[in-house]
Amino acid sequence: MITLNTPAPARRDTTPPPVPWRRLTWVSWRQYRMSAAGAAAFLGVLALYLLIMGLRIRGAYAAVADCSLSAPGKRCVGAFLLFDNDYFLIAETSAAVLLAVPALAGVFAGAPILARELDSGTFRFAWTQGAGRTRPTLARLALPALTLTAAAAAFSQLFGWFFYPFFAGREFAQASAFAPIYFTLTGIAFAAWTLTAFAIGALAGVLIRRAVPAMAAALAAWSGLLLATLLFLRRHYEAPLTTRTGQTSPSSWVISNWWTGPNGHRVTSENQIIAILNGGPHPGYTQWTIYQPATRYWHFQLIEGGWLLALSLLLIAATIWMVRRRAA
Amino acid sequence: MNVIETSGLGKRYGSTWALRNFTVAVPAGHVAALVGPNGAGKTTLLNLAVGLARPTAGAVNVLGGEPAGSPAALDGIAFVAQDAPLYKNLPAADMLQLTGNLNRRFDHGYAQERLAELGIPLKRRAGKLSGGQQAQLALTLALARRPRLLVLDEPLANLDPLARHDFMGMVLAAAAEDGMSVVLSSHVLAELERVADYLILVSGGRVQVAGEVDELLARHRVLTGPAAEAGRIAQRLSVVHARRAEAQAHLLVRTGGPGDPVPPGWEAHPVSVEELVLAYLREPGAAALPGPARTQKAEPTEVSR
Repeated sequence: MITLNTPAPARRDTTPPPVPWRRLTWVSWRQYRMSAAGAAAFLGVLALYLLIMGLRIRGAYAAVADCSLSAPGKRCVGAFLLFDNDYFLIAETSAAVLLAVPALAGVFAGAPILARELDSGTFRFAWTQGAGRTRPTLARLALPALTLTAAAAAFSQLFGWFFYPFFAGREFAQASAFAPIYFTLTGIAFAAWTLTAFAIGALAGVLIRRAVPAMAAALAAWSGLLLATLLFLRRHYEAPLTTRTGQTSPSSWVISNWWTGPNGHRVTSENQIIAILNGGPHPGYTQWTIYQPATRYWHFQLIEGGWLLALSLLLIAATIWMVRRRAA
Repeated sequence: MNVIETSGLGKRYGSTWALRNFTVAVPAGHVAALVGPNGAGKTTLLNLAVGLARPTAGAVNVLGGEPAGSPAALDGIAFVAQDAPLYKNLPAADMLQLTGNLNRRFDHGYAQERLAELGIPLKRRAGKLSGGQQAQLALTLALARRPRLLVLDEPLANLDPLARHDFMGMVLAAAAEDGMSVVLSSHVLAELERVADYLILVSGGRVQVAGEVDELLARHRVLTGPAAEAGRIAQRLSVVHARRAEAQAHLLVRTGGPGDPVPPGWEAHPVSVEELVLAYLREPGAAALPGPARTQKAEPTEVSR
């Protein structure tokens, strides 16, 4: 009889070679083929909508921009106003819908993967196969994570194109790419937020073990993180600039704006501010503006993309660790 | 070689010990049945052996010394869990492909042949198959891996008698062909008689009886005689369980072998697996272990009819 509890180095060579990644990826693909088809259909419709609406918006904008070039003046300001009136609400609504994409990735792609396996008992099948737990789980998470992140990256390109007339360097541009929502939807941030949502979902799934509660938890956690970032975190990536002239570089992200009176105290009455603004020059009154200049856009994108990527990898590592130690 | 070997094994869920100080060795080349009342720790033991659970105390080694759950152990053991979990939305053909891709070895030819024999349509989703067919599919997937050890947790629970017969027939055929060892837990005692040649009786998280079925049967017998003398006989012999019907008493006793003398006025009958198991299940205090039997000299309770 073999002595127990003795680690025998000679036994190492009985370790079989691992099952190749190619085969594990096939398994991952086969299990999510249906959900992938659903996701592709949804995203396809969304992309088609952005494309068609984008062509209309850009067509209308081209006409307005031509007007501004050929006959600058009052008539064109009116044309711009009319254009914004016709299309800005549609564009803004589309942006809000797009913001739901990462949330859906977390809820419908990330959360169910392990929650369903644990809830339905199929983990007893999956985790007792020759390939073990770690590599198949990694393959199952990596495939949807990578495809969703790539899809999100493509969508933020599409959105940038679609929304261009409102960001454009024209007078009275409606939106700044640095504004909280648009910053999230453009650059690399959107792909990073999608990956993070997926990773949050996956971890929620293995922790909660039941699909619907895990989906709800993933949605809550991701929304909370996004809100905290928009409201508190992002503005601190770099120390903001302050100006006393009321003039900021175009498309800057204005964080706060206030007036001080001749005595140096902050003007709190709205009527007083209106009076200052209407009174032409306002000796003794100073307009303070704290802002992030638009030139920092890519720097901020890299910071946000970087920490979200690090967080996602950490969450996926935690998920794998939970799978490894999860006992029946 | 022992296919499962535990020493001082303990598993605690919360504050309850499902298994405690559990030591057993299941030799290779057997169809070993794990029998015991609900909550005895059978499923816990199997989960530990296939690496789904980790021991709280002690160790489980499988396949002659591989730690449970190690790559070599996972490679050599196929497990069919209770209720045969399968991906219900996948067709049978895809379950084959999937299992093939999750293992280094997979005998596609064998699997397809078995499913054809069983009349399981390859295109039908696993969830749409009958309970018996799902169990058959899960077993086919396990056997096509050509495991050295097949572990089955309550494989017969939801099957009708015919499906039970076919299921165990397939297990026995594979065991005879490949020299594969089998460890299964079951409540279905009648079926065990036909298939198991090694018996492990678990009760209250410890081993009560373990040994080859033939040997266990040879070392036990039923004595039938006048009820009035039952008490006197019980003092001289190692009685596992006594049952009194009218004026007659039936004593299931341990013996040295068939040659042991029978008390005058009593009749000796060979014991069946079912009788043996039931007797021990009714007497959780009694134990018959291989080697020097650890017999507790507790007075057996009498069950009157």
